[in-house]
Amino acid sequence: MGRIAFLDANAAVAEAAVIAGCGFYAGYPITPSSEVPETLAKIMPERGVPFIMMEDEIASINACIGASASGVKAMTCTSGPGLSLKQEALGEACIMEIPLVLVDVMRGGPSTGLPTRPSQADIMQARWGTHGDHPIIAISPCNAQEAIFETIRAFNLAEKFRQPVYILTDGLLSHLHAKVYLPDPEEVEIVERAAPTVPPEEYYPFDYNYEIPPLAPWWTKDGKSYRYHMSSLNHDKTGFPTVVPPFIQWQEKRLISKIMNHIDEIEKFEYYKMDDAETCVIAYGSVAEAARVAIDEARKAGIKVGMFRPITIWPFAEKQIRDLREKVKRIIVVEMNLGQYILEVQRAVAEKIPIYGVLQAAGIPIRPIQILEKIKNPEKSVEICMTEEELKKFGGGE
Amino acid sequence: MAKVNYANYLRMEKMPLYWCPGCGDGIVLKAYIEAIDELGWDKNDCVMTSGIGCAARVTGYVDFHTLHTLHGRAIATAVGIKMCHPDKHVFVFGGDGDIAHIGGNHFLHAARRNIDITVVFIDNWNYGMTGGQHSCTTPLGVRESTAPRGSYEPPIDAASAAIGAGATFVARAFAGDELRLKRYIKEGLVHHGFSIIDVLCPCPVNFGRRNKLGDPVKLMNYLKSLCVPKEKAEKMSPEELEGKYVTGILHVDDKKIELTDSYKNLVAKAQASDEYWARYATGRLKEEDKYPITREELKGLYPYDVETPLKKWKKL
Ligand SMILES: Cc1ncc(C[n+]2csc(CCOP(=O)(O)OP(=O)(O)O)c2C)c(N)n1
Ligand code: SF4
Ligand SMILES: [Mg+2]
Repeated sequence: MGRIAFLDANAAVAEAAVIAGCGFYAGYPITPSSEVPETLAKIMPERGVPFIMMEDEIASINACIGASASGVKAMTCTSGPGLSLKQEALGEACIMEIPLVLVDVMRGGPSTGLPTRPSQADIMQARWGTHGDHPIIAISPCNAQEAIFETIRAFNLAEKFRQPVYILTDGLLSHLHAKVYLPDPEEVEIVERAAPTVPPEEYYPFDYNYEIPPLAPWWTKDGKSYRYHMSSLNHDKTGFPTVVPPFIQWQEKRLISKIMNHIDEIEKFEYYKMDDAETCVIAYGSVAEAARVAIDEARKAGIKVGMFRPITIWPFAEKQIRDLREKVKRIIVVEMNLGQYILEVQRAVAEKIPIYGVLQAAGIPIRPIQILEKIKNPEKSVEICMTEEELKKFGGGE
Repeated sequence: MAKVNYANYLRMEKMPLYWCPGCGDGIVLKAYIEAIDELGWDKNDCVMTSGIGCAARVTGYVDFHTLHTLHGRAIATAVGIKMCHPDKHVFVFGGDGDIAHIGGNHFLHAARRNIDITVVFIDNWNYGMTGGQHSCTTPLGVRESTAPRGSYEPPIDAASAAIGAGATFVARAFAGDELRLKRYIKEGLVHHGFSIIDVLCPCPVNFGRRNKLGDPVKLMNYLKSLCVPKEKAEKMSPEELEGKYVTGILHVDDKKIELTDSYKNLVAKAQASDEYWARYATGRLKEEDKYPITREELKGLYPYDVETPLKKWKKL
């Protein structure tokens, strides 16, 4: 029913957002994410919904919070430096429990870092970037097609759990064109925000009777108006600030438990050739595609290796990774950073089996050959894999 | 003049007001409610956002759709709301620190865009809420908790900045002159475009006390002595106007296009095209534009046995 298209993951995320019912976009341009707003600038006016480029990343996410609080599905998109700027408001979305989709096309860093080069160095920023205890959902698709399905899922999770949800892609994935299928909205499961079950006079935005209190749109389709207050300060059920310890503790704990009690609905992962595997590669995002090639090659050489690929990065796939301790003899974590996801793997595995890393933060993709070498020889460290010829093309640098 | 039922617009269960005795914020709130009442606007159509600060506490009291957001970000939040609901009335209340200092960039760009939002800007020359630190509007030499020997930074003139940035309604009022304050707020509310009412307002507790003006009456009289109506100012020399606050409606422009109107024009242009979403949104998408897909085809694109949100995936 939909369309076949040839898109990079940035355009794919943008198209999918509209399919999911995104009714507001605000952003600020940054490489390598700019095709997201560039695509939306074209298609959102066609759909008749607002698109705006704001004065900075802070303004963008705050505008999204306003739009979403009023009842409209909203998305913003950025990369590393912009993500740092968005962190304060991300916390606001967490505490006000405002659905929001935040796309981060990861590039090298810290600071301005490597604008045009891929990385996966925002895994921990996505988890702990904003201050205070808070839950987070982050999704990392591995190709353009999956980016479409996962963007739709991100909107669904955001609306269902009243929660900001990250889509973490990277500079490689976002510029790799692929043939994709774009479904029509009728073909996919689309979650709408739960409607309030009480009339406006009885409504509380943080009603204690719910695990996830419905977030009333300010104006319903049948002409009702829900007038209420929400504060970025810790608040009670009415949305007004409070410092009463039991209320605070209740709120803080519920923010976490509303996610953790539904972990099975949120977690998503793939086991690849894991049935008889003795070595498990853990990789996510575009890197998983390199790992897949390496695993296929290793299998040809008779090595029993497979992959566990978390699609939901946060919350952490605690149970699945703990189970690996009984299933395999060793784990190899492959990521385009100097070791972020691996920290959680080490914690969960608790030294029961050895964990190795292929950790590269050089602004270039990790190649299948590097992963293959590690599979063959886990004790040996893996170096940047490039010929002199290739290196020359980069020019400069002493 | 009909008597205003203030309680109709206030969340009475939140009384008494949080502000210190002698604070000017309550006067501004009163004038604002009177302006809304005179306009006869329905509370259900009114939205107010604020950031953080004493002035920003207003969102807690008015019985509208209200958001008490981050320090400095009320205008950015309001832009998101107004873009989605061009037919609703969207207002921002905030202090000098909130609107002009940390939120200065949003303020300038909302003015430039001429989005139909009304900002009531309460200038009390300091960060009242956090204990009286100097802000971007603190005049040179005035003492604050972070300027015990007097501020050494030249201040900003927020009204001129708004005009320069492209706001289409700019007024300056004084909290001690409630009648005119109300009139300016009312005209700002009616104005179709970005409007700001810059209100010189007393903070006796944090600003006043440090400057031998802790007595609210004394402070009010002092601030009053600085105000010069626009009509009078036109006849004064720059030297005479030094350190004075020119009050009145300083700037009105009815010609510049308002942002949501401009976006409506863009939508009309986009929807006249023959692109997929334009046809979809306007019901022009035909059956032959749709492309049925089989599981086999999808498998080539999505080679892993991972669930998709496609409804038919499991059935295929
Ligand atoms: C990001 C951030 N920085 C600093 C603060 C602390 N803070 C709270 S209110 C405020 C100043 C408020 O001053 P103003 O906007 O002038 O309002 P007033 O209290 O004077 O009415 C500051 C600095 C904060 N809440 N958030
Ligand atoms: S500190 Fe100043 S601005 Fe704040 S409530 Fe008191 S008098 Fe008003
Ligand atoms: Mg102030």
